[in-house]
Amino acid sequence: MNFPDKLKYTKDHEWILVEGKVGTIGITDYAQSELGDVVFVDIDPSLSEIKKGETFGTIEAVKTVSDLYAPCSGKVIEINKSLADSPEVVNSDPYNLGWMVKVEINDLNDLNDLLDVEAYKQLIGQ
Amino acid sequence: MKKTKFYSIHQKLGAKIVEFAGFQMPIQYSSIIAEHKAVRNSVGVFDVSHMGEFHIKGKEALKLVQYITVNDASKLFPGRVQYSAMCYEDGGIVDDLLVYMISPEEFMLVVNASNIQKDFEWIKSNNKFDVELIDQSDVYSLLAVQGPNSQKVIQKICDIDINLEYYHFTSAQIAGLEMILSRTGYTGELGYELYFKGDESAAEKIWNEVFEAGKDFNIQPVGLAARDSLRLEMGYCLYGNDIDKTTNPLEAGLGWITKMNKENFIGLDALQKVKKEGIKRKLIGIQSDDRSFPRHGYDISVNGRLIGKITSGTVSPVLEKPIALGYVSAEYSEIGSKINYVVRSKEVPAEVVKLPFVKK
Repeated sequence: MNFPDKLKYTKDHEWILVEGKVGTIGITDYAQSELGDVVFVDIDPSLSEIKKGETFGTIEAVKTVSDLYAPCSGKVIEINKSLADSPEVVNSDPYNLGWMVKVEINDLNDLNDLLDVEAYKQLIGQ
Repeated sequence: MKKTKFYSIHQKLGAKIVEFAGFQMPIQYSSIIAEHKAVRNSVGVFDVSHMGEFHIKGKEALKLVQYITVNDASKLFPGRVQYSAMCYEDGGIVDDLLVYMISPEEFMLVVNASNIQKDFEWIKSNNKFDVELIDQSDVYSLLAVQGPNSQKVIQKICDIDINLEYYHFTSAQIAGLEMILSRTGYTGELGYELYFKGDESAAEKIWNEVFEAGKDFNIQPVGLAARDSLRLEMGYCLYGNDIDKTTNPLEAGLGWITKMNKENFIGLDALQKVKKEGIKRKLIGIQSDDRSFPRHGYDISVNGRLIGKITSGTVSPVLEKPIALGYVSAEYSEIGSKINYVVRSKEVPAEVVKLPFVKK
C-alpha cells in the first residue's frame, strides 16, 4: 500500500494535500482497500462549506457504506465531478484521480492534530 | 478460529481474510465486481468448505428427514438434491439447507456454517427414529465452481462424462480424488459443487488442477463478498439476513418448498395457521434508479410511514443499480408497488420487482 509523505492523514482515513491555503481531500489507499469496490461518492453538489470532524459526504461500496469526515474547516472550492461517472478511480488512484473536494482552509491550525505519514502507518499497523 | 484446508492458498493469493461463522474466510481476492463478473461471464471458484455436512443413516432416515424439513423428501431418489428448510414448532426457520439422497437409507444435509452446532443439536433432539446422525463438517472440503464455462472446466479433469441436470449429483473422480459432484450452487449460473475428503495437500491438488483446467477461461478465485452479491441478484435468501427464527418460509417466499400436504413435520401446525389467516408480511425484491444503496436494517417507508425493513441490499454489479430484499406489510408487496427505502433520513424512491433481479 502506498502512503505519500507529503500528505496529512486523519484517524478516519482521509488524506489532505495542503498547498498554501488550499486543501485537497480524499480517502487513503488503506480506506479504499477496506471498503472494496467504490460505486458512488455521495457529496451534495451544493456543498459550500465543510466543518472539521463532521461528515461532508458518504462513500458507497458494494458491500458497505462509509462517512467522509472533514480534516479541517473550510470553504468548498471544487468537488470532483468526474467521480460521478468513474467512482472506481477512488480504488485505483486514491491520491490523484480519486480526490474528492478542494477547500480553502479557514485556519491552518486545524491541521495541527492530523497525522503525518509515519503516525498514520502506525495507526493502521503497517 | 477455524481454517479451511485452502487457507494457505488464500493467503498466497493475497486474499483479504475475514472472520465468518467462526472460520477465517477469503472475502475478496481482487475486486468484488471483477470476481462477480467472472462468475456471470466465464467461471469462478469459491472455497465454501465452512458449510456443514451431516450424514443421516439408518432404516428410518427418510422419516427423520421428512419430520425435520418442510420439503417433501419422499420425492427424492439417489442422486437427487432438494432445497429445503427446517422450522421450529412456531414456524420460524432453524436453517435452510440442501438434502442429498445418497441411498434410500442415507442422506446428507448441507447446512449454513453459522448454524452447524445449532442445527446438529436441533436434529439430535428431534431424532426419535432409528437413525444415526453424524457431523462430517470438518471432514469435507467444498469447492463451488460456478459460471457458464464451469462444465467445460470440470469435464477436463473428471473421469466420467458430466451429464448432470440441475440439483442432481453423482460420485466421480476429479483430479484423481473420489468426490461428490453436485450440480448446485448459490449464484444462478451453471455450476458445480465438489465435496471431498482429505488433507491440505489433497485440497491444494484439487485447487491447482481446477485452475489449470480453467486457465483458458480465465478462471478466477471468488470471495464471500461476490458470493453475496451473486446470490442477491438471484433473490436467494441468506440465513441471518433474510430468514431466521423470526420469519417463516411462507412470508419468505419459500412456499414453493413448503409442502403442507406431506406427512407431519415440525412447524406444520403453525404454518397451516399462517396460511389460513393470510400472510401478513412478505419478502420482496426492491429495485431503484437512485445511487444511494439499500443496506441490511434500513427502513422501508411509504409517505413517511414505516412499512418494513431491508434485509439484504447492495448495488447489482450486472444491473449497476441498487437491489435489495426486504419484508413489507402484505398490502405493499405487489409487483410494481412504489415504496421508499430510507438512507440517512432521506426517502429513496424504489419499486417492488419480480425476482430474480438478473434474469438468466
